[in-house]
Amino acid sequence: MTEANKFVDIRHAQKSYGELEVLKDISLSVDRGEIVAIIGPSGSGKSTLLRAINDLDPLTGGEVWLDGVQINKDLPYRQYEKHINAMRQQVGMVFQHFNLFPHLSVRDNVTMAPKMLKGISDAEANALAEEQLKHVGMLERIDYFPSQLSGGQKQRVAIARALAMKPKLMLFDEATSALDPELVEEVNLVMKRLAEEHMTMIIVTHEMDFAASVCDRVIFMDKGVVVEEGPPSVVFQNPTEERTREFLRKHLSQYAEGAK
Amino acid sequence: MDFELILRVYPYFLEAAVVTIELSVLTILLGLACGALGAAARLSRFALLRFLGAAYVSVFRGTPALIQLFILYFGGPQIGIQLDAFEAGVIGLGVNIGAYMTETMRGAIVSVDHGQTEAARTLGLSRAQAFRKVTLPQAMRLMIRPLGVNINAQIKGTALVAAISVVELTYTAQRYIGSTYKPFEMFFIAGILYMIIITVTGKGIAFLDRKARLP
Repeated sequence: MTEANKFVDIRHAQKSYGELEVLKDISLSVDRGEIVAIIGPSGSGKSTLLRAINDLDPLTGGEVWLDGVQINKDLPYRQYEKHINAMRQQVGMVFQHFNLFPHLSVRDNVTMAPKMLKGISDAEANALAEEQLKHVGMLERIDYFPSQLSGGQKQRVAIARALAMKPKLMLFDEATSALDPELVEEVNLVMKRLAEEHMTMIIVTHEMDFAASVCDRVIFMDKGVVVEEGPPSVVFQNPTEERTREFLRKHLSQYAEGAK
Repeated sequence: MDFELILRVYPYFLEAAVVTIELSVLTILLGLACGALGAAARLSRFALLRFLGAAYVSVFRGTPALIQLFILYFGGPQIGIQLDAFEAGVIGLGVNIGAYMTETMRGAIVSVDHGQTEAARTLGLSRAQAFRKVTLPQAMRLMIRPLGVNINAQIKGTALVAAISVVELTYTAQRYIGSTYKPFEMFFIAGILYMIIITVTGKGIAFLDRKARLP
């Protein structure tokens, strides 16, 4: 196995919907503990790439590897299901629209998957829920239902739910895009804390200042290709590609803040 | 209106109402079973099952229930299916309402946000686990009221079995008209009893719907 030392390794990722090619031969890797932001205009393929990592949007070509194991293995249906379910347990995902389970309490949202998949006892599950919810500052809402929470609170619970599976990698798909501006910060704080704990994170975001302040590396995508990548200081302040500059001009206010 | 006559015959109508209730309960239970199977087939990942589910729905919704009942009861013996009138009524109408319930259940299942399945799958749940723990509990809540509409229609639909001589409410009313020549009174009693059954059932469904509502 070559290059097994790369933690997340995307090799020649290609994705088409019929004629439309949304990912064009993308290769990139992420180290253990690294925090990477993927930015770019809508339709650039950044969410598709993120969702390809845990095979929510299967690639039409190329490979995705996590910690030396190929995620999108070519296997017969049943074997593949088993394989992908095991892989997904190691990859947490946070969605733009939270996708909390509305019929379950905050506690059950967090404990459902660990209980079903890891066979932990009720007592262990409760301890796990308390630990994870405390981590995101939502312990006092443990017996609430999702409909009784604000957007920021929902997203913090969604992060706790993902973390309860003890993932090796966290994917954030525009986690703050659906939030009212005043609720963004509480979610950003939770993500910053995770970053400080060296969780490996791949973050698709429109928030340039967050990307600049938290991420080790910024990847700018446009039209299905990686146009430019590098540390935030370089990509934001000294972009070499015209397309990057043009994109950043449109996000100037964020750019200015991020550059501080 | 001949109240004296009504008081004299209504015990027979109550007995007939019990048959109507039995028919309703059995056809609805059979319909729910057929609906669950039909919806599972319609949503299967196998094309053949999807086709069979769709065919079931279009055949049974596309022809009059009365014709289906006649084919089963009168035509059945020709192809070796011997059923008494009550059995034919239960099976014929149960399979018929099942086609409507298939669509009700399928509709409720597909109207659960796909993000719910995605969230469950990203946690590592299998397709079946995600369906059982996440999609289905939400779909069940959504299907209570529309199934209530199917159930309401089915209770009234049991009147069709009068055409194959099952002694239920409608048939009883017709029979007493023969001896009393008072169709207004006879159908009036039957109508009132149908309404009582339907009102009580409706209340029950509304209660279930309230119970199932999320905070």
